Amino acid sequence: MTLIKTSYNRRSFLKVSAAGSGGLVIGFNWLVSCSPSAETAIKGAPKEWFNVNAYLKIGENGLVTIMSPNPEVGQNIKTSMPMIVAEELDVAWKDVVVEQAPLDTEKFVRQVAGGSQSLRSSWKGLRMAGATARKMLMEAAAKQWQVDASTLTTSEGVIKNAKGETLTYGQIASAAASVTVPEEVELKDPSAFKIIGTDTKNVDIEKIITGKPQYGMDLKKEGMKVAVVLRPPSFGAKLKSFDDSETRKVTGVSDVIQFGNKVAVLGNTTWAAMKGKKALKAEWEEDTPAESTEYHDKQMMALLNTKNGEPRRNDGDVDAAFKTADKVIEKTFEGPFLPHNPMEPMNFYGHVTAAKVDLIGPIQTPERTRRQVAELLGRPETEIFIDMTRMGGGFGRRLYGDFVLEVAEISKLANTPIKLVYTREDDMTAGIYRPASKYKFKAGVKDGKLVAYHLVGTGINGNGWTRENWFPAGSIPNYRVESYGLDSNITTGAWRAPITNFLAYAEQSFIDEVAEEMGVDAVQLRLDLLEKAKSDPVGTVDYEPEKMIGAIKLAAEKANWSATEDGVSKGFSAYYSHNSYVAMVAEVVNKKGQPSTRKVTCAVDCGIVINPIAAKNQIEGGIIDGIGHAMYGDMTFVNGAPQASNFNNYRLIRMGEAPPVIECHFVKNTNDPTGLGEPSLPPAGGALANAMYKATGQRFYKQPFMQQQIKLG
Amino acid sequence: MAQFNLKVNGKEHQVDVDADTPLLWVLRDNLDLVGTKFGCGIAMCGACTVHVDGNAVRSCSMPISTLGDKSVVTIEGLSADASHPLQNAWREHDVPQCGYCQAGQIMNAAALLTKNASPTDEEIESAMNGNICRCATYNRIKAAIKTASASV
Repeated sequence: MTLIKTSYNRRSFLKVSAAGSGGLVIGFNWLVSCSPSAETAIKGAPKEWFNVNAYLKIGENGLVTIMSPNPEVGQNIKTSMPMIVAEELDVAWKDVVVEQAPLDTEKFVRQVAGGSQSLRSSWKGLRMAGATARKMLMEAAAKQWQVDASTLTTSEGVIKNAKGETLTYGQIASAAASVTVPEEVELKDPSAFKIIGTDTKNVDIEKIITGKPQYGMDLKKEGMKVAVVLRPPSFGAKLKSFDDSETRKVTGVSDVIQFGNKVAVLGNTTWAAMKGKKALKAEWEEDTPAESTEYHDKQMMALLNTKNGEPRRNDGDVDAAFKTADKVIEKTFEGPFLPHNPMEPMNFYGHVTAAKVDLIGPIQTPERTRRQVAELLGRPETEIFIDMTRMGGGFGRRLYGDFVLEVAEISKLANTPIKLVYTREDDMTAGIYRPASKYKFKAGVKDGKLVAYHLVGTGINGNGWTRENWFPAGSIPNYRVESYGLDSNITTGAWRAPITNFLAYAEQSFIDEVAEEMGVDAVQLRLDLLEKAKSDPVGTVDYEPEKMIGAIKLAAEKANWSATEDGVSKGFSAYYSHNSYVAMVAEVVNKKGQPSTRKVTCAVDCGIVINPIAAKNQIEGGIIDGIGHAMYGDMTFVNGAPQASNFNNYRLIRMGEAPPVIECHFVKNTNDPTGLGEPSLPPAGGALANAMYKATGQRFYKQPFMQQQIKLG
Repeated sequence: MAQFNLKVNGKEHQVDVDADTPLLWVLRDNLDLVGTKFGCGIAMCGACTVHVDGNAVRSCSMPISTLGDKSVVTIEGLSADASHPLQNAWREHDVPQCGYCQAGQIMNAAALLTKNASPTDEEIESAMNGNICRCATYNRIKAAIKTASASV
C-alpha cells in the first residue's frame, strides 16, 4: 500500500451535485448523444448523479461514470484511463460507463494524445482520483455507521463494516459528495489489482461495429455548411487568381470564400462542396523556390559530410580511434518523406459567433489548438470551447491544428457553422509530412571490440535527428554524434515515433552489419555493449541498460533465436522507444518466390500492463505499420509538388502482406506504466531488414525497400 | 437535381440529389447513415463498403443514378440487434483500434462469408485486400472472420 498526498485544487471539486431535476448533472452537448450510454448499462440509467470529482460521478443506483480526459486516437486510452480510476475506486467494471471529457485545463492535466505519454503522465492522477473518491465514500459510510473509517473495507462498489453490514457506493454517494476532500489517500498494491492487468474490451466497440456516429466526420449540426478547400498544388506556390464561375453553377454550392492563399467552397452537402472545388479554376505563382527530392538528396548528402561541425555528444577521440582500428565500417541510410494517412481525413466543425467559438472534432492537442485559435481570432481562450471526438487515426497528423485554424477562419468569414472536410487528396498533399532524413554511421573495430562509433544525422527542417544519449551511447569509448538540418518550405512534423521511426531501423541494421563484420552473434553484440553501459558506462546515458537487456533476452528466448530452421531467416532488432523497451525477431520465408515475413516475436518492457488485450493490439499494429512503411512508404516531390495523392499511387500495407503471426511478450514487473502507441514501430523496420538480408544476401540501406530489386538468395 | 428512390436496410427512401452523387454521400448526408465511411473517394481503401443486392460495393464510387431498384444494406442494417456472427467475433477479438475502417471491413467480410462460408486464410486475404486498416489490425480482422465463419 502506498500513501500519496492528494494534489487537488479544492475549487475544482464539485462538492455536492444531487441533480435536482433527476437528469444528468453534466451535459456534453453533442457528445452526449454518442458517448457510451448510461441507458444501455447493465444497471440502467440512474435517477441522480453525484459528482465526486472531475473524473467521476456516481449514480444512486451504483452506476459510475468515469471521464476519459485524453483524446482517443485509436491507442485505446478511453478504455485504459478509466480502468485505472475504476481500479482505485474499487468498482466492478461492468458498472462503469465512460465519457470523453472536453478540454478543461482546470480539471485535467496534459490532454494530449502524443509521444506515447498519456498513461505515463496521468497514471498517478488517475489513481488519485479513484482512491480519493473511494476514501470519501468510506468516510461517509463511517459517519453513518458511527465507526472509524479504517474499520471498513470495500469490494466492487460495496462498503462493508466489521459487523458485516453493507452500503453500496450508490447509497452513500449523496453523503460522500459533501465529505471534506482528504489530504492523503492510500493506493492499492499492484498485487491487489483486479481490473488493471485484465483483458478489457474497447468501451466504444458497440458503436464501432454498428456504425454509430462518433467521429468528427460524422458530425451534423443545424444550419451547417460543408467546406472543402483548394490549397496550393505545390510547396512554394501562392494564389494568383481564381475563377469560381463554374463552381457557383454546381447545385448545392452556397458560397466561395478566399482566405489567404486558399479558396473555400461551401456546400449544402459534402458532395456539392467537393464538386464545387473541382470546378474551381486557379492560377498560381511562385512565392518561394520550388524544391524537388533530387535537390533534397544532394543537399543532405553534403550535410552528412560536414567538416568540423559541433557534435551533440563526443566521448573519447573517434578520429584517433578510427586511425588505429583494424576494421572500419561505414554505411549511409536514407529515408523518404511520409504522409500520415489516417483513415479519417482531416476535418473539424467550427462555429464562430460574437459570443463564443465552438470547435468540435478530432484533435490530438486541444489545448495548444485553443491557444492558436485564440491568437488567430484575437479572442480570449475563455470564449473558445473544444470538444474532442473519437479520431479515425492520427499518427501525429492531428497534433497540428492547422485544419482547426482553417475552419475557424472560414466560419468567421462566412458567419455560419462550418464542417471542414478534406478529401483524401487534400489530406495527402496539404503537407506536414514525416521529414526525409539520412544517416551516416561509421564503426571502428580493434582487437575484436567496437572501439569507435560516429553517427551523423540530417533531415528536412529542424536539427534534432539523433538520440545521442541512447544506446549505444555509454558502451563505446570513442563516440561522436552530429546532427544537421536542411531548411525547406515543405511542411513537416511529428509522425508516429518521430525521428526514431527511421533512425531505429538505420541503427539496428547497421549494428547487425557490424556484428557480422566482427563475427559476433547480433544479439550477443548488443548484450555485450549493454553490459558495458550498465557496469562501466562511458559518460551518462538516458536509457536503462538493464531494462533493455531484459527485453532483448526475453525476445531471443521466446523466438528461439539461436536455433536454426531450414528456409527461415531471422532478423533481430531492439530499441528504447518512448520510455518503453522493445526487442523483436522477424522471420522471413519464401512465399511464392518472394521474401515474406511469416512471424514476429516481440518482447516489451512497458512497466505495468494496464489492458493486455489492447496493449497487444498496439504492439501488433505498430509492427505491421513499421514493416509496411519500410517496405512501401514513399513521398517524393517534383518542383514542390507531392507525387502521391491517394491510395492508387501511394501504397499502404494490406492484409496479405502483414506478418500473419505476431507474438507479444511482456517483461513482468510493477514499474509505473509507460506508453505503447509508438514503441513497437521503430524496431520493426530493422528486424525486417536484418531478416531480409539473411534471406536475400542484400542489405537494405534505403526505404522503401520495394525500390530495390529483391531476390531470394 | 433529380429524384431517386432507394431501399436501404429494408426501408424505402426518396432523395433529391444530382445524378452523379455517390451512394456514399446519399447515405451519409441525405439519410444520416454515417456508419459507412469516407476514406479515399476512389474505391481504393474499402472504408465505404456496403452491400448492393448482397454484393460488397464501394459506395464512394457508385453514382446514385446507377443503383436502380437494387437494395442497399449498410453497417446499421447488417443485423437487427448487432448479433451478426461477424459483430460477435469483432467483440470477442476486440478488433478495432481507431475503428474508422471497421464498418467497411465488416461489410466486406460479411459479403465474403455469404459466398464462401468457410474461407481459407488465403481466400480471406484475397477478399480483404481492398480494405485498408491504417492501424493495421489485420491479424485480428482475419481471426475474427475465421471465428465468424465457424458459426455461419
